[in-house]
Amino acid sequence: MRRIRVQSGDFSVDGEWRALRERLDANAGAVAAFVGLVREVRGDPDSSLELEHYAGMTERSVEAIVAAAEGRWRLAAVTVIHRVGRLRPADQIVLVLTASSHRPDALAACEFIIDRLKTEAIFWKRETAGGGSRWVEATEQDVERARSWVGSEP
Amino acid sequence: MIRVLFLASLREAVGMDAWTYAPEMAGSSLRLNALLAALKPTLGADGYAALTAENVRIAVNQEFVEGAARVELKPGDEVAFLPPVTGG
Repeated sequence: MRRIRVQSGDFSVDGEWRALRERLDANAGAVAAFVGLVREVRGDPDSSLELEHYAGMTERSVEAIVAAAEGRWRLAAVTVIHRVGRLRPADQIVLVLTASSHRPDALAACEFIIDRLKTEAIFWKRETAGGGSRWVEATEQDVERARSWVGSEP
Repeated sequence: MIRVLFLASLREAVGMDAWTYAPEMAGSSLRLNALLAALKPTLGADGYAALTAENVRIAVNQEFVEGAARVELKPGDEVAFLPPVTGG
């Protein structure tokens, strides 16, 4: 069971957690959660982050990542919420919830999904800080992390 | 008519978010590289270079395609140029 949303509005971790629990039966013994928050850019408390997406294709790119996780681990339910638009430091930007019978699958799938979201999901970030604005470039570190899953067995 | 979209940093590199391609060759087949050739005079050298950079991916009707020379387009298609993603 998947719940995938790309939205400009904020999300409630509590609300998503409750909604996920309602979808679980008594065999699900573990839920892993990851919440991403916006960091201050270059020490500027007035900095901001603009998230752009390609409506339709972005949602399908997230679906594909979740489907890949479901193919590797036994997952009872997955929730992914990713925000777009203008965000400020400390704002919530992304939520990943993965439920499984046991914790290894829930934890591994959660980490896999957020790593792939960084490198494969169709989003672009633009930072504004110190009076200037620039598009964020993909970091080699993120690409390496996502690549490390290739070929590794669950 | 083919709708062409330039996303994120490419929108700024080419100075527009969308472009409409309406070739006169109705009925005949059209390949992606012909669309690129038609874009070239519109964009100027810098814009064209940004669009044809190695790390830019092209989607037709929201599916990634490879090899512009072989990709066939038809009226109503949506072609998008995507710079490397930086999400999550």
